[in-house]
Amino acid sequence: MNLLRVFGLLVMFLGGAFGGRADEAVLREIVGKFAVSKNFQSTEAIVGELAGTGDPAVQRPLAALADGNLYFRKSDNAVFIGKEAGQQVALTDPLTGEAAGEAAKSEVAKIKVNNGLRRAIRDALGTLTLGSDDPAVRSAAADTMLRTPDPAAIEVLDAAIAKETVTSVKLKLEQARAAAVLASDMSEADKLAAISLIAKRGGRDALSLLTGFAANAPEGAPRDAATAEIGHINSSLALWSAAQNIWYGISLGSVLLLAAIGLAITFGVMGVINMAHGEMVMLGAYTTFVVQEVIRTSAPGLFDWSLAIALPLAFLVAGGVGLVIERGVIRFLYGRPLETLLATWGVSLILQQTVRTIFGPTNREVGNPSWMSGGFEIGQLAFTWNRLWIVVFSLAVFFALLYVMKRTSWGLQMRAVTANRRMAASMGIRTPWVDALTFALGSGIAGIAGVALSQIDNVSPNLGQSYIIDSFMVVVFGGVGNLWGTLVGAFSLGIVNKFLEPYAGAVLGKILVLVLIILFIQKRPRGLFALKGRAIEA
Amino acid sequence: MGVHFSAITKLVAAGAIAAGISFSAPAMAQEDTIKVGILHSLSGTMAISETTLKDTMLFLIDEQNKKGGLLGRKLEAVVVDPASDWPLFAEKARELISQDKVAAVFGCWTSVSRKSVLPVFEELNNILFYPVQYEGEESQRNVFYTGAAPNQQAIPAVDYLMNEEGVERWVLAGTDYVYPQTTNKILKAYLNSKGVKDEDIMINYTPFGHSDWQTIVTDIKNFGSAGKKTAVVSTINGDANVPFYKELANQGIKAEDIPVVAFSVGEEELAGLDTAPLVGHLTAWNYFQSVDTPENEEFIAKWKEYTKNPKRVTNDPMEAHVIGFNMWVKAVEKAGTTDPDAVIDALIGVSVPNLSGGYSTMMPNHHITKPVLIGEIQADGQMETVWQTPGLVVGDEWSDYLPDSKDLISDWRAPMSCGNFNVATGKCGGKGVN
Repeated sequence: MNLLRVFGLLVMFLGGAFGGRADEAVLREIVGKFAVSKNFQSTEAIVGELAGTGDPAVQRPLAALADGNLYFRKSDNAVFIGKEAGQQVALTDPLTGEAAGEAAKSEVAKIKVNNGLRRAIRDALGTLTLGSDDPAVRSAAADTMLRTPDPAAIEVLDAAIAKETVTSVKLKLEQARAAAVLASDMSEADKLAAISLIAKRGGRDALSLLTGFAANAPEGAPRDAATAEIGHINSSLALWSAAQNIWYGISLGSVLLLAAIGLAITFGVMGVINMAHGEMVMLGAYTTFVVQEVIRTSAPGLFDWSLAIALPLAFLVAGGVGLVIERGVIRFLYGRPLETLLATWGVSLILQQTVRTIFGPTNREVGNPSWMSGGFEIGQLAFTWNRLWIVVFSLAVFFALLYVMKRTSWGLQMRAVTANRRMAASMGIRTPWVDALTFALGSGIAGIAGVALSQIDNVSPNLGQSYIIDSFMVVVFGGVGNLWGTLVGAFSLGIVNKFLEPYAGAVLGKILVLVLIILFIQKRPRGLFALKGRAIEA
Repeated sequence: MGVHFSAITKLVAAGAIAAGISFSAPAMAQEDTIKVGILHSLSGTMAISETTLKDTMLFLIDEQNKKGGLLGRKLEAVVVDPASDWPLFAEKARELISQDKVAAVFGCWTSVSRKSVLPVFEELNNILFYPVQYEGEESQRNVFYTGAAPNQQAIPAVDYLMNEEGVERWVLAGTDYVYPQTTNKILKAYLNSKGVKDEDIMINYTPFGHSDWQTIVTDIKNFGSAGKKTAVVSTINGDANVPFYKELANQGIKAEDIPVVAFSVGEEELAGLDTAPLVGHLTAWNYFQSVDTPENEEFIAKWKEYTKNPKRVTNDPMEAHVIGFNMWVKAVEKAGTTDPDAVIDALIGVSVPNLSGGYSTMMPNHHITKPVLIGEIQADGQMETVWQTPGLVVGDEWSDYLPDSKDLISDWRAPMSCGNFNVATGKCGGKGVN
C-alpha cells in the first residue's frame, strides 16, 4: 500500500506538478472494480491503485468510500456515490460529482469498508491532498502524515516544504517529515534534529512518536535524547492534566448543579423530601425526545433549534406535573416527612412505569444539535461542546432562579412562607398557592435540567433514579435552603470527585466522596451554608 | 386527616404494583396446556433489555401454537415480573414452578439474578434456559446456557484485534460486577499467555450507570499515546454505554485510531444512540440482525409482523432464546413428555438451526455450539460482519486460562453427571485444587 502510494506520488512529481491528471477512462475503470471486489483485501488493493494514479479526482470516490457512501448498482455493477433519502438513494457520479438519478435501496448495494480500509484511505488521502490549494486541507494532510510516519514519503514532504508559503502549515510539514525521519535509517544527526523538532510540538502526538522511537531505537545519542524529551513532555502533560481535572470537575459540578437545583427549591426551600424529583428530570428529557421526533418528521431544518423549543415545553410539562402532585398529594402531608418520603417515592414509581408504558422500556434517541457535537483543544486541554454549553446553561439557570427568589415579589412571598408560615399568612399571603407554585417552579426547573441532561445521558425511564441520590447529596452538603450553598456544593463535589478519580478509580472515588460528606455532616449538620432564621429553630 | 392517610397508603401501594412487585399474566387454568414460564424483568433497571426477551418468548410460543402446539397440547405462557430485584427472581421462580407448574422457564439476564434462582431450580427440579453471554465458571444440571461463554465471545474478539488490527496495548474497561471482573481476569490471563506485558494492560472499572466518562476517556487517550496500537475491550453494561460512546466521539477518538470492541452492546442498545460518530467501533456476538441468511430474513419479517413495528430490531440474546426454545421443543418431542428429568437428558445432543446459517448443538456441558462474529457498527445502527470463526465454537464453561478452573470439565451424561469434574484429581466437586 505504502509503496503504491509513494509510487503514485513519484509519478505525480515526474509529471512536473501537483495534481497530475490521469485519463478519466482509466480512473473510471479502476473505480468500477469496487463493484466486483470480493473482500477487504481486494478493496484495499483497488484503493492503492486509485491512489497510485495521483490524480486529485480520486479524492471524491475515496472519501465517499471511507464514509460508507459508495454504492454499486446490482444490475450493471456501475459505481456511484449515494445518499440515502428514505427508501431511495440519490446517486451521483463518483468522479465528476454530477447527479446520476435515483435508485431504490434494493437496487444498489453499499461497498463495505472496515477500519483497516478507512486507515488506508486516510493515509492515501493524506498524501494526495498535500498539494491542495486550501491551506487547511494541507495542514490536515500533514497531521495525517505525522501520525503514520513513512520513511518513503520524505522526498515528497521535502518538495512540499519547499513549496509551502504558509508558516504554520510549513511547521506541520516539517514535523511530519521529522516523524518520517525517525522511522527511516538516516544519520544520527538527522534524527537528533528530528527529535528536537518533534519535542517542540509537545503533546500526546509527540509523546506517542518519541516513545515508539525510543522503544525500538538502538542505544546511542538519539535514544538518550528521545528519552530525555519524553521526560520533559510528561512533566508538562502532568501540569496540563491537573488543569484538565479542574475543568472536568467544573463540568461534573455543573451536571450536579442542574440535577440538584430544582431540588434546592422543593426540598431546600419547602422542606419536602421529594423522591419524585428525578422523574421530573426524566419528564424534561422525554419532552426533548418528543420535540425532536416531531421536528424530525415535519421540519428537519429546525433540528438545531430543538433544544430551544424543548426548554419552555419541558418547564411547562414538568411544572404542570409538579403542580398536580403538590395539589393532589403533598399538600396533605406537610410536616410529616416520613409519609411525604413514601408518597413521593410511590409517585416516582408511577411516573416511571407510565413513561415505560407509553415510550417503551428502551432508550430513546435524543440527538445532539450540531453546535453541541464535537470538541476543541486549547493547548493540551480538551473541551467538548456539549459539556461547555451545559456549564454555561447551568449557571444561567442558577442566576435566573436567584433573581426570581431575591428580586421578584413572588420570590419574596416564597421566602416569607419558608421563614415563618403563620406570619406570612397573617400578612395576607395565600400560603397554599405559594406552596403549589413553588413546588411547580422546582419541578419545572428539574424539567429544563432534563433537557440539558438528555444531551449527555440516556433517555430511559430510569434516567431520574441515577440523579436523585446525587441531588440530595448536593443540597444537604451545600446547606438546606440556601441556593448559593447548592452552587458551591455542586462544584466542590464535582472537583473533589474528579481529582480523586484518577488515583482511586471511579468506584472508590465515589465511595470516598460519600464518606467525606458523612464526616462533613457530622461536623456541620446544616451543611456548608447554614440558613439562619426562625424556621430553623422551630 | 385519617382519610387522607389511607388515600396515601393506597397510592403507595399502587406505586408498588406499578413497579411490578406483583404481576402475573391472566392464568386461564386449562388442564390441557403445557405451561412455559417467562422470568424477565419488565420494570426497573433491567427492563430496558429484558422486556424484548419476554416479547420474543411470547412470539415463539405463539408461532409454536400456530403449528399445532406440542405433544398435541397448546403452549401457554406464564409471565412474571421480577422487577430487576435479584431476591425477587428466586421468589418468582418458585411461584412459577410450584404454583403455576410450568414445564420449563426461560429467563434471567444478569448473572446475579441467575445465581439467585439456581438453588430454586435445583430444589424443585425444573429447567432454566439462560440466553445471555456470561462469564462462565458454572455448569448446573438444571440450567441450559444458550448465551456465549467467554471463549465464544471475548477471546475470539481479542484474537481478531491482535491478528487483524495489530493491537499491542489493551484497555479492559468494565462495569464493576461479576461478569466484567471474571471476563477481564480471563482476558488478562489470556493476554499474558500471548506475551502481552502487564504494563500494556490497563484495567478500569466504573459503577453501574456511570455517566461522567471525561476522565476515563482522557486516560484511554493517554494510554493510547505510547507509540503502540491500542484497543479498548469493553464489558461496560447497559445504560452506561451511551454516555461512554458520546464522550469518545466528542473527544475525537476514532475507531481507526483506538477501536473499542464491546461485548454488551447490541442492536437494541444502539437504537437509543446517534451512531454516526461510532462507525467502525466493534462488537463481538454470535448473531447480528444483518446476518444474511434465509432463516434470519424469515425470522425478522415474522418478528416485525408480530410486534407490528417495522423498525423493531433483533439481537443476540433473542437468537439465544430462539435456539433454546426450539431445542426444548425438540427435546420434549424426543422424550414424549415434559417431565424435567426426561427432558434434561433428552436435551443433550439436540441440534437445531440457528439464525446465522448453521446448526447449534446442545453439548454435554449444557452449553451450545455457536459461530463467533465480529461486527463493525454502521451509521444505521446495524453491525456489519467483518470477521467470523470458520466453524462453530463449543462453549467452554470452565476457562482454560484461570488456574482455578483449568482442570475442571463438565459432563451431565451418565455415568459422570458432574458439572465440575476435576481431571487432575479424578473427582467430582469443588473448584480446582491449585
